[in-house]
This record gives sequence, C-alpha cells and structure tokens, in this order.
Amino acid sequence: MFNEYNPLKNIIFRVMDDDGKIINKAWMPEIKNEHLVKYYKDMLFARVADLQTVSYQRQGRIYTYPPNYGQEAISGATGALIKKEDWLVPAFREMGAMLAKGVTLKELFLYFMGYEEGSNFKNAENTLPISVPIASQLVHASGIGYAIKYNKEDKLVYAFVGDGGTSEGDFHEAVNFAGVWKVPVIFIIQNNQYGISTPVKLQTASESLAVKSVAYGVKGIQVDGNDFFAMYRALQESIKVCRSGEGPVLIEAVTYRKGAHTTSDDPTKYRSKEEEDSWELKDPLRRMKSYLEKNTLWDDKQEQRHIEQFKLEVDRQFVEAENHGEYSREDVFIHHYDQMPDDLQEQMRQYDRFLQWKEARVNNKTTGKQ
Amino acid sequence: MVNAINDALDIKLEEDKNVIVYGEDVGVEGGVFRVTEGLQKKHGVERVFDSPLAESGIVGTAVGMAVAGLRPVVEMQFCGFIYPSFNQIISHASRMRNRSRGKFETPMVIRMPYGGGINALEHHSESMEAIFGHIPGLKVVVPSTPHDAKGMLISAIESNDTILYMEPKRIYRAIKQEVAEGKFTIPLGKANVLSQGKDVTIVAYGAMIREVQRAMVMAKDQGISVELIDLRSIYPIDRETIAGSVKKTGRIITVTEGPRSFGVASEISQIAIEEAFLHLEAPPSRVTGFDTIVPLPRGEHHYMVDPYKILFEIERIVKY
Repeated sequence: MFNEYNPLKNIIFRVMDDDGKIINKAWMPEIKNEHLVKYYKDMLFARVADLQTVSYQRQGRIYTYPPNYGQEAISGATGALIKKEDWLVPAFREMGAMLAKGVTLKELFLYFMGYEEGSNFKNAENTLPISVPIASQLVHASGIGYAIKYNKEDKLVYAFVGDGGTSEGDFHEAVNFAGVWKVPVIFIIQNNQYGISTPVKLQTASESLAVKSVAYGVKGIQVDGNDFFAMYRALQESIKVCRSGEGPVLIEAVTYRKGAHTTSDDPTKYRSKEEEDSWELKDPLRRMKSYLEKNTLWDDKQEQRHIEQFKLEVDRQFVEAENHGEYSREDVFIHHYDQMPDDLQEQMRQYDRFLQWKEARVNNKTTGKQ
Repeated sequence: MVNAINDALDIKLEEDKNVIVYGEDVGVEGGVFRVTEGLQKKHGVERVFDSPLAESGIVGTAVGMAVAGLRPVVEMQFCGFIYPSFNQIISHASRMRNRSRGKFETPMVIRMPYGGGINALEHHSESMEAIFGHIPGLKVVVPSTPHDAKGMLISAIESNDTILYMEPKRIYRAIKQEVAEGKFTIPLGKANVLSQGKDVTIVAYGAMIREVQRAMVMAKDQGISVELIDLRSIYPIDRETIAGSVKKTGRIITVTEGPRSFGVASEISQIAIEEAFLHLEAPPSRVTGFDTIVPLPRGEHHYMVDPYKILFEIERIVKY
C-alpha cells in the first residue's frame, strides 16, 4: 500500500466514492456486517453527542468546546482498531477514539465544564488527557513508543494532530525521533483544511502533509479521512508496519471541519458557503450510511430510533456531570507533587483562614450585624 | 563532582531497569563534560544513548517515557539550550499529575550544567533557576559538593516528581572531596547549614558556596562570624531553616549568580521578613548578578559575584 500510494505520487487513498459505492475493491477491508453496523452506530453516537454539546454550550451550560462535526470517520476507524492496551495520544478533536478507549462522555463533559477530574479517565487505560498546546503531545507519543519498544510490549501508539500542528517544531521533532528510534507510533494528521481561520496553503509549501513523511524516512500516506473504509484499511496497514518493527507511520487524513474551530469561533468570516456545501457531499456519515443502505444493513427508521436513544443517553451523562458538585479547595493543591511541599501546605492553610474570615463576614452581613 | 554524578547514574542504572539516560552526545562521547562517560559501555545502547539534537524532543519524549512507566534522566547540554524544551516543562512535565488528577505521573530528571565563570561562549553562562522555581509542579535543585551531587541525584531519580537538577559547571572538577561509596540519598527540599555563626546569615547554593566561603575567611579576620546555609533546593524552599537562622543572627544576605530582580534572593528576603521581622537588625540584603545579560568572557568579571563583592556586603550589613 505504501508503495502504491507513495506520497511523492501525490494521490489520495480512497475506497468508497461520495455516494457510498466501493471504487477500490482491491483495498476494501474485510469487516463483518455486524461490526460495520456497530462502527457506524459509534460514529453516529459521537456525532449526536458532539452536536448536543454545542447546543449545551449555547445554553450556557458548558464552557468553550471544539466540535468534531464532519471528522467522525477518522476517530471512528481508530476506535474500531485501537486495543485496550494501546496508547491514545489525542489532540482535542478525537471524541470517537476516546469513547472507544473507554473514556465516558460524562468525563469529557466534566473537563469542558471546568473539572480536571474529567481527564482522570477511570475506565480508559493508556489514554492521555486532551492536549491543548498544539503538537506538543506528539513528542510524548514518540517517548511512549520508546518505552513500548524498550519493554518489548505488543502495543501501539495512536497520536493525533491537526493540519496547523504540522507547522510546529514538535511535529518535526516527534516524527524525527520516532523515525530514528523505529518505534510503533501511528501519527494521524486530521487535515480539516483550517487551523482556526488559517487555510492549509498558508501552513506549508509542501504539496501535501503526507509527503513530509518522505523526508523523515518513514512510511506515509494521504487518505480520504471522510471514507471510513479507507481510514480503516490505512490504519490496518500501518499497524502491520509498526508490528514488524519498521514503524512509525504518518497518515494525513483529509477531512473538513463542518463546525467552528471552537464554540467561540465564527467560520463565516473565513470560508464560503459554496465551499461548505461542496464538502457536505463528502460527509463521512452520509457516505457510510449510503453504503449500509445499499447493502440493506441500515435504514432511516433505524437511524431515527438510534438518534432518539442516543440523545437521551447523552443528556443523561450531561446531567450527571452537571450534578458533579463543588470543586473542593484541596483539589487545587494536592495533585502537584507526590507529597505536598510544606510551603504549599501553608498556602492552603492561609486560604482556609481567609475562607473562614469570609464566611464570618458574609454571615454577619446576612444577619444584619456589622 | 563529575565523578559523583556519574556514580549516582551508574548506581541507579544498575539498580532500576526503568532508568534511561539520554541526551545530546551523552552516549558514545559521555557528554561534553564527560558526566556520562562509560555508562553506555556498561549499561548498553538501549539505556544510555545519543538522542537527535532537539531539546523539546528530548524533554517531550521523556514525558512520554515517564507516563509509560520509565524513569528517564535526560541531559540538556548547556543551560542556554533548555529553552526550546520550556513548553514541554511548563505545559506538560510539571502539569501531568494535576491535569490527570493523579492518573499519570512524570518521574523524570532533567540534568543541566549552568552558571558562569568558565570563559565560555555566548549562551553558556546563565543562571536562570528563578524562572524554573516559578513553575508550579516542578522541583529545582542545585548541589554544591560532590557528596551532595551524588545523594541528591539519587533522590531525584527515585522521586515521582519532575526535577530540574542544575549542575554548577564551574565547580565540576574544582572541589576534591571524598564521597562515600555505594548508595545514599539526601532529601530534596532541605537546606544544609554548612557553618554556624552569630553575626549574619548567608544563603547561597551551587558555585556560590565556594565564593562565600572565601569571603568568610576574610570576614573572620575582622571578627565577623557568618552562618552559611547551602539552600540545595530552590523549590521546595526550606523556609524553616532560613527563618531559624535569621532569628538567631538578625541579618541575612542571599548570594546568587542570576539576575537580581524577581530572583531567588528576592524570595529569601521576603521569607526573612515574613518569618523573622521583629528579629531583623538590618534589611534583608542580596549579592547577585546584574539585571543584564552575562557579558562575554572579557567582561564577565564585572558581572560575576566574587568574594570581595560578598565581603563588601557583609561589612555593610553588619555595620548597618
């Protein structure tokens, strides 16, 4: 595959066309029908959750949130293949992959509501928290890859970054280190065409982002990231490369961010309606749904029934997160060091004295005493 | 001190297979100061190795190794080259435990030679510990003797926190001291009272200890008795030892190499004021570098703190 789709040829790997028709049978992955339906449902769930989260934000019930809308196939295919013991190193637009690892929606909601506890991921092994400083997480992936190789473990690292992140120094350092060390890391660039408002052509003079792999001496491929089958197959082949000790692999997944960068962003300022409409035809869920319908694995009735169920489930977890309770004052202090330094303990005691004083003042005021 | 650090690394490499040592030229050459000499040969190329020349990559991969269960000890070749990794230190290494609410830890040590006085090239002489002391979640320590260097490094490698271990390169080979063989540790965060005195407390660390000791010989000739505290740890800072000493002497001078404003000396002066205000016979004082860039070698003597600058301040404060 990596020869056939060598990034120097500047061709994109596709399996399915925009209408859900298989156009590249040679590379169509073998997936059981029941699994296919599950993967579709997982992507649908992520989409329902994502859209609903944006509406919670609009209602003022959650802080700033970066939507995944339109990019679900990349996380969906990753989620279908990633194993419990594999490492997931996310950026911040990989909800589907995080849910597949065992992160709960409630945890993600807690994080975006302003609780660090939302990054504690009680049921997800080997999953790093969302990483906000762009591309900085990729070097961690290379280090984790080293640890896996050093301990001779049978694990992989899936590391994510956006198109803008490929301009950062840490992108270069991460792929370079991983290439020198030959460690099992799959770097996945979600090229959603924009870094906030800046288009890809202002990020690089390279013909593609996948072609950067050539300079690092690692395998790379440009994939239609809205084509679930192409993403799934490209990941399968990347896993083989990593397992054989030849890793890492760099995948450029071409997609489109249908939503805003975050809920604070207004995309109408930097992209046209025509452009948005043209990408609508390539929507990853629409395409997979067409495929499933053609093969009588899914229909509108099922779709509607599931969407209704999913909405209830999302809301259930959201309300649970809303009732999480107060942020305790200890939580500000206790997680910085293995043992809290004396000086920090004293700062906490000082804060307690202040809180007692404040409590007394407020009580005095409400009872009318001065 | 070079041998003591090498010995500490050797002991931990021997004892714990999770310890990994790497950095620029650390493997075959044994580091530009030969601190890691012989370790690759003894412990293998998987455990002691040359990394690509990229500081953010070095610290960032160490964060990854640490969350995956290893205990990396990485070298920054010189203090002036640490800044590309600053983002990894402040945004990840020092935050990982807090942001994951204890799920992930980053037990790792960043070793770095620092400080002036060796006629070095540009970017090789700074002493910027204050910048790092300001970072929540990070520990910053500085040994001043071979004995401390060994015991403190072993403690640092065994700690579950991220530790910036600053090595005063000016005295890498300047101090001859018998260092106990085998393993021993020195707790991090505790200062060491090097000499008892009654007239003035001096707090210093790293290469400045030797300068203060030279000034103390001259002060003694004038009948001035100095209590010298080796701070050892910039953060956590040992308030108790500083406070106890100032309460006894009533006077305090902090001696540091770094720029004056917003520096470690400012913090120590504030501790003296908060903890011992009524015992003070003179304002807390400091002998430091200027708020300037360290001059190139021909001008460095203007900048560097030397025994006379310290003696000048001792006389002023004792007579205050």
